[in-house]
Amino acid sequence: MSTTATADNGVNTEALLGARDALREAPEAAQFTWKATSEWIRGTHSRQTIEHFTGLGAGQKHVKAFVLEGDHPEVFASEDNAPTPVETVLAALAGCLTAGVAAVAQNRGIQLKSVKATVEGDHDILGILGGDPEVRNGFNDIRVNFEIDADGSKEDIAALVAQSQKRSAVFDALTNPTNVTVSVS
Amino acid sequence: MVRTTVVIVGAGHSGLAMSRRLTERSIDHVVLERGEVANSWRRDRWDSLRLLTPNWQSGLPGFDYAGADPDGFMTSPEVADHLGAYARAIDAPVRSGVTVTSVAPAEASAGYRVVTDDGAYDADAVVLANGGSGIANLPPVADGVPSGILSLTAKTYRSPESLADGGVLVVGASASGAQLADEIARAGRDVTLAAGEHVRMPRTYRGRDIFWWMDAVGVLDERFDEIDDIIRARHVPSPQLVGSDDRRTVDIASLRANGVRVVGRVGRIHDGVAQFSGGLANTVRLADLKLDRLLDRFDAWAETGVDGLTEPVRAEPTVVDDAPLLELDLAREKVGTIVWATGYKPDYSWLDVPVLDYKGRLSHEGGVIPKSPGLYVMGTSLLRRRRSTYIGGAAQDSEELAEHLAGYLAGRTAPSAAAIL
Repeated sequence: MSTTATADNGVNTEALLGARDALREAPEAAQFTWKATSEWIRGTHSRQTIEHFTGLGAGQKHVKAFVLEGDHPEVFASEDNAPTPVETVLAALAGCLTAGVAAVAQNRGIQLKSVKATVEGDHDILGILGGDPEVRNGFNDIRVNFEIDADGSKEDIAALVAQSQKRSAVFDALTNPTNVTVSVS
Repeated sequence: MVRTTVVIVGAGHSGLAMSRRLTERSIDHVVLERGEVANSWRRDRWDSLRLLTPNWQSGLPGFDYAGADPDGFMTSPEVADHLGAYARAIDAPVRSGVTVTSVAPAEASAGYRVVTDDGAYDADAVVLANGGSGIANLPPVADGVPSGILSLTAKTYRSPESLADGGVLVVGASASGAQLADEIARAGRDVTLAAGEHVRMPRTYRGRDIFWWMDAVGVLDERFDEIDDIIRARHVPSPQLVGSDDRRTVDIASLRANGVRVVGRVGRIHDGVAQFSGGLANTVRLADLKLDRLLDRFDAWAETGVDGLTEPVRAEPTVVDDAPLLELDLAREKVGTIVWATGYKPDYSWLDVPVLDYKGRLSHEGGVIPKSPGLYVMGTSLLRRRRSTYIGGAAQDSEELAEHLAGYLAGRTAPSAAAIL
């Protein structure tokens, strides 16, 4: 593995590794709850706001409220005010894996120059339309392709990408079942 | 109540090695054994099991392997005989058929009170050598197994004859999981292997056994305090290896060639359906990359001049299905048995000393338990070095820990690991 002592990818791995050790001693502080709120606007258009979460044993707050929107495209007879939520899921996967690549590269002393990813999700919409009971609603297949320019060998870069999947929350959420409870208050 | 200087819990390879080290130092001790010497090797192993390490690496302190097949792999009965012969050779003070029910700090002294089903012992020091595989680890998903399906673990499985009719789901791709999937598939059963993180290794490389390499290159000597994230390292599954006369390699590729269907890690079992991770491709990729790094290290070391090695030949990257199965309807696919090869953990249910962390793991530094001076542990995964995981690791571990223990008894060493680092 090539190492560059001066690699700076802008990730504070010392803080992350310190947190890992500290949280092992205080595992209850490692319990986070992420949160988004959502409000219907019109048609299939809705707006999600992300600001608060809990973790480290306390309420936490982003530096500001972030706003996302969801809608459906014109081919679904919608107004296309925003990405389709399934696309936001793909974007979240790319964001999570890319953060992982940067963090792992920093930890391994590999300087990144550029990291580009393309994510595609195959989706048979007969499922969500109720047009075929044997078709699932979700993705049938998701493909991620990375183009990475970095001071490392081909094997180093392959290992970065593999390790980022191993430690990715969104990759795990998409590849493994999760209990989801929906209630009405 | 019996008074002794040291109580060793367990008469396996670790407990016996420590017994010899204490005898060498004229330290009075007893070895308490719930069954007989090498008990778990006689009772808790499947029929075909052999050691992963070659015989020449399975010697004990002052008791090298002297048989006719140094490159072979002992069966479980052979391990039991090996340890039995050792116990006799060193005249170990073993109390057989004595089950420890509690180890607690003594009330009136700095030592320990060890309570058994055959009376109590007061000791200045206690060595926990009851083994790293006392309990089969079952993941929470095992709770979802529907009734009517036989659940076995790597400790309760004996042979393909012990399976229920129908297909078999083997969970876990460690040495145990890979060996069991291999054996069950060879017996003609339909086998699905759910593979989470695993360690791929060829049995031989460049004409030498993989354990010859790990010994020669120094992998087995990597110390617990040199390894990044030792807690994680101690939980890495055992390498996919089998000890066999034909020195064959068992891995995802060989299993698939033998008809085993390989799927991702079990994510959930719900309503009779097992769901598997969609991350299998990356799981095998990680194992391939890690193996390549290991073999690169071997090759670099071999550059320094080693005679008799054959040319480096690397296995092909592991291939899995383009779209591995994500769901298995256990009833519809007629799965009769699930074999959980999901690791082991030591049994400390009788340990009444506050030295376990929130996960029930013993907090120790290379076998020394700083929070409880005079208490030691041996024979668990990566205790002091990678070699500690295997029988042959007990020689060095027992020497170093006995030295620390003797110093503690003599009031020479502080009860920290620093003295032996």
